[in-house]
Amino acid sequence: MPATSKATRESHARVFDLDVQSLRELNQALHKLAPGSNETAWEVLNPKGNHSVAVGVDQPVSIDVRGSVGYYCGGMNSGSAITVHGSAGPGVGENMMSGSITVKGDASQYAGATGKGGLLVIEGNASSRCGISMKGIDIVVHGNIGHMSAFMAQSGNLVVLGDAGDALGDSIYEARLFVRGKVDSLGADCIAKEMRPEHLELLQGLLDRAGVKDVKPSEFKRYGSARTLYNFNIDNADAY
Amino acid sequence: MTYRNPPTTPRKSATFDDYTLSEIRRAAATGIYDIRGAGAKRKLPHFDDLLFLGASISRYPLEGYRERCDTSVVLGSRHAKKPIELKIPITIAGMSFGSLSGPAKEALGRGATLSGTSTTTGDGGMTEEERGHSKQLVYQYLPSRYGMNLRDLRRADAIEVVVGQGAKPGGGGMLLGQKISDRVAEMRTLPKGIDQRSASRHPDWTGPDDLEIKILELREITDWEKPIYVKVGGARPYYDTALAVKAGADVVVVDGMQGGTAATQEVFIENVGQPTLACIRPAVQALQDLGMHRKVQLIVSGGIRNGADVAKALALGVDAVSIGTAALVALGDNDPRWEAEYNELGTTAGAYDDWHEGKDPAGITTQDPDLMKRVDPIAAGRRLANYLKVMTLEAQTIARACGKNSLHNLEPEDLVALTIEAAAMAGVPLAGTNWIPGKNNTF
Repeated sequence: MPATSKATRESHARVFDLDVQSLRELNQALHKLAPGSNETAWEVLNPKGNHSVAVGVDQPVSIDVRGSVGYYCGGMNSGSAITVHGSAGPGVGENMMSGSITVKGDASQYAGATGKGGLLVIEGNASSRCGISMKGIDIVVHGNIGHMSAFMAQSGNLVVLGDAGDALGDSIYEARLFVRGKVDSLGADCIAKEMRPEHLELLQGLLDRAGVKDVKPSEFKRYGSARTLYNFNIDNADAY
Repeated sequence: MTYRNPPTTPRKSATFDDYTLSEIRRAAATGIYDIRGAGAKRKLPHFDDLLFLGASISRYPLEGYRERCDTSVVLGSRHAKKPIELKIPITIAGMSFGSLSGPAKEALGRGATLSGTSTTTGDGGMTEEERGHSKQLVYQYLPSRYGMNLRDLRRADAIEVVVGQGAKPGGGGMLLGQKISDRVAEMRTLPKGIDQRSASRHPDWTGPDDLEIKILELREITDWEKPIYVKVGGARPYYDTALAVKAGADVVVVDGMQGGTAATQEVFIENVGQPTLACIRPAVQALQDLGMHRKVQLIVSGGIRNGADVAKALALGVDAVSIGTAALVALGDNDPRWEAEYNELGTTAGAYDDWHEGKDPAGITTQDPDLMKRVDPIAAGRRLANYLKVMTLEAQTIARACGKNSLHNLEPEDLVALTIEAAAMAGVPLAGTNWIPGKNNTF
């Protein structure tokens, strides 16, 4: 197999050049990693917008993707630490179970959709529906997020250092949303909530984990569910 | 003697019949639409409107009980390294843990495994009962992604991307608070006791081009081993089938409007979607037009009840059928032995469909710990296996009579229709004629 062991950029990393090898070979090599493997550092060259880069990885390895990726990078990630040195297409980190994904650039729609756990950091902006249906994942966006973000968000935390678009947190369940900038509008059943000491502490921890410096938790507002739509009531029908 | 005018016999309206009147009163009293389980109950053109011709001078039959009639089918050979091999062309449809009790799910797995067929998870994730007792388990990939996780995806035998369901094409799911036990709540990452809405659209893809990328992702995650099904409700079967094939599906599942649901608005169940019979030929036509018939397998569900239905579906070009409601009946759903309790719930055995309320006397559509004990998973699994065996024998009986040594050799030419509607939908001649409405420049 060419270009796997002759690492160039980092001597210890296993390098995968998608100009030379196929996506399928990359993902299968990652899936074949045994627990405790010494191949803990991976580097992916020339991703060139490929979809499904490093999906379903279930070992605690680090994967540096040198460039921008298409849909679903890091999908269902379980324990690996993926860094995209570029921007990410739709659904980055979708249904992530654990581990972390950092996008150095911007992310398209549905970032972190239905994520169950782990940490997703977008250092640029995220598009619409960021954190849609999230189920335990923590998402930190350095920039802004688009409309309908955290739609039907069930649990986990979404932290936005910039602004949020329209209908933030529509039909939200128990997820917590922290926004530092302005919110264009809140969706059905999403309300601003008091920032209590435990929330400040939680937020500080999230900012620390995401490597955010010089930003104080007190600069954020908290949003969450008013819980008025949890059980169907005909008098609430106008809310939908 | 005074003359009395002859009395007018009281006459009820066909339009405003008793059921309609009761619904108007109920709506006026409660201000909310009726929610129920099961599929369309209205009379629809169905397999009953088709007949087999059997053998005659030009076709000779096979000997019953002596000459072999193959029933096996392979699903997912288009792309998957490990296709599903079934002994019978009847699978168990997706039904969620949450809507069904744990013992009921286990019974479905046991019955399917005894019969050499597959069962399917539902909107609520994979349970140990089900995985442990199902030799071949199809894992549904649903808009809600409740319970969706990497480990279960990898220990599934096939993946079914659910776009829609026959009872409610375009509708999401609903699991009302009374069925949200601690276990159900945990699997779905939601608080106990609240109404759970399952989304109607997938959160991270829209349209056929995205679906193709989503299927690629699922294949990459599972190393191209597992068959990927795409399930659609009976809405636009020709185009939905064609688009699913284009998106890379190994198997297309088309669910007609008689297909059941755990809980949906009555108005939705009865008024949206097409009958199963009307879905089959367009779906088969799409596969044939793409040169993919028998390469991408077609599963059809919605109102399959017996071996004749199986044989008719296969004769129309289907590779396998799927049963849900019928499987629940085999487990014990709506059994007259619980009649007194059905009466207490204001209904009668055979009509009970308030599956969302969690009070099922048969212990199947409930999370009540006492009620669910009424399902003995071993005995109920055996009943399901018996039923599947009977359906298979029935289908073989018909196939042999038509001179076929495999159920999959049945063909439209073996069928006629009893009604013009069924003839048009199924694309077979009206009995006693050579007329297929809509074909050969006929109206």
